[in-house]
Amino acid sequence: MNAGPEISQAFVVCISAVFTQNILLTYFLGLCPFLGVSREVKTAVGLGLAVIFVLTTTCMLNWLAYRYVLVPLNLEFFRFILFIIIIAAFVQLVEMVLDRYSPFLYQQLGVFLPLITVNCAILGASLFMVIRDYSFIVTIGYGFGSGLGWFLAIIAMAGIRQKLANEKIPRGLQGPGISLIIAGLMALAFMGFSGVLQAN
Amino acid sequence: MALRIKQIQRCGADKMKMKSDTRKMIVEGLWRNNPVFKQVLGICSTLAVTNLVLNTVVMCVALVFTLSLSSATVSLLRKFTPRNIRMMVETLIIGFYVIIVDLILKAYWPEMSTNLGPYVGLIITNCIVMGRCEAYGNTNPPRPAFLDGFFNAVGYSFVLLIIATIRELLGMGTVLGYSMPFFSGPYWDKWLIMVAPPGAFFMLGIITWIFRSIEIRKEKVNK
Repeated sequence: MNAGPEISQAFVVCISAVFTQNILLTYFLGLCPFLGVSREVKTAVGLGLAVIFVLTTTCMLNWLAYRYVLVPLNLEFFRFILFIIIIAAFVQLVEMVLDRYSPFLYQQLGVFLPLITVNCAILGASLFMVIRDYSFIVTIGYGFGSGLGWFLAIIAMAGIRQKLANEKIPRGLQGPGISLIIAGLMALAFMGFSGVLQAN
Repeated sequence: MALRIKQIQRCGADKMKMKSDTRKMIVEGLWRNNPVFKQVLGICSTLAVTNLVLNTVVMCVALVFTLSLSSATVSLLRKFTPRNIRMMVETLIIGFYVIIVDLILKAYWPEMSTNLGPYVGLIITNCIVMGRCEAYGNTNPPRPAFLDGFFNAVGYSFVLLIIATIRELLGMGTVLGYSMPFFSGPYWDKWLIMVAPPGAFFMLGIITWIFRSIEIRKEKVNK
């Protein structure tokens, strides 16, 4: 099997998942932690890295599980539950590692670590990969790209919110209101990338 | 659209006579503790389909079904579920109802199923569903748990329907696929940005703003 074209396809898919089809700003996945944990850049980086790691790995695991377990057994409709179980097991692992090696981060993320299991971005990426029928190598590219895109978006958001912390914002707009409008502006900026990949 | 909201309100009004408990639950779910405004949870899986009203309606019906029934089921099983694995059990219960919705859609409305893509499956990870099961269903008897889930889902749906209507109207000049008098005419320059992803963020941001301002004003009046 010649892997050359697949690797280049994986690369293209990866870049497009970061910029033109950002999982957060185009597909609205993973919004809850995005709004909840984006007050400080430092925590955002931690969560973002965890998401990149979990997303890439679970995409691969889910691909294998889907292709070699569900398809032969004709149980495709069961994928929601199988995927979520794999993801939950994995998040548990990430949680234990963070608890062991980075108590500060663990303390900061507190409530949100269990929520990473129900982070839509992670399940969403796995479901998109099934719908779009990616091959294994492309799936790795896609998982990594989606994670990276989410990471970039949350860091940019945290940076902007840190700057905004001392500004006077109308009371009703404080908190989620202003974050959503910033997210809208970011989505608008990312739409500018949409011409990049159509050229080749 | 307006009719739909009225229907929801009227349906709410009928039930209000039943019991003050239920009434409180309605106010909490639809307005005071509205999942979207107050908790800003669970917008992920549904915001994406708000570019067309029809998609949103189907998605919201799916959500109401899943949330109310899974909350009731969690509450039925609350005495048999060991504490430490309850999140897992809740996820499995939710997953069960989502699979039902997915199979029904695939069987009877395949186009809608492709339109919604992965978003039906993503109801599993919708934070509201898990949040309500965890916060309410877990500690209350089935009937109130069902009602709590139902009204939270309806409160969530009506916000999304408002967003969807505005987006479709401004972006494409139609509502539910029917063209509207002024907006589809030559005088209205369609705001394509509204159907694109940024439109959803802006709309939700603005709606949250309006809601919170009303709340703040109310607080001031009460003082």
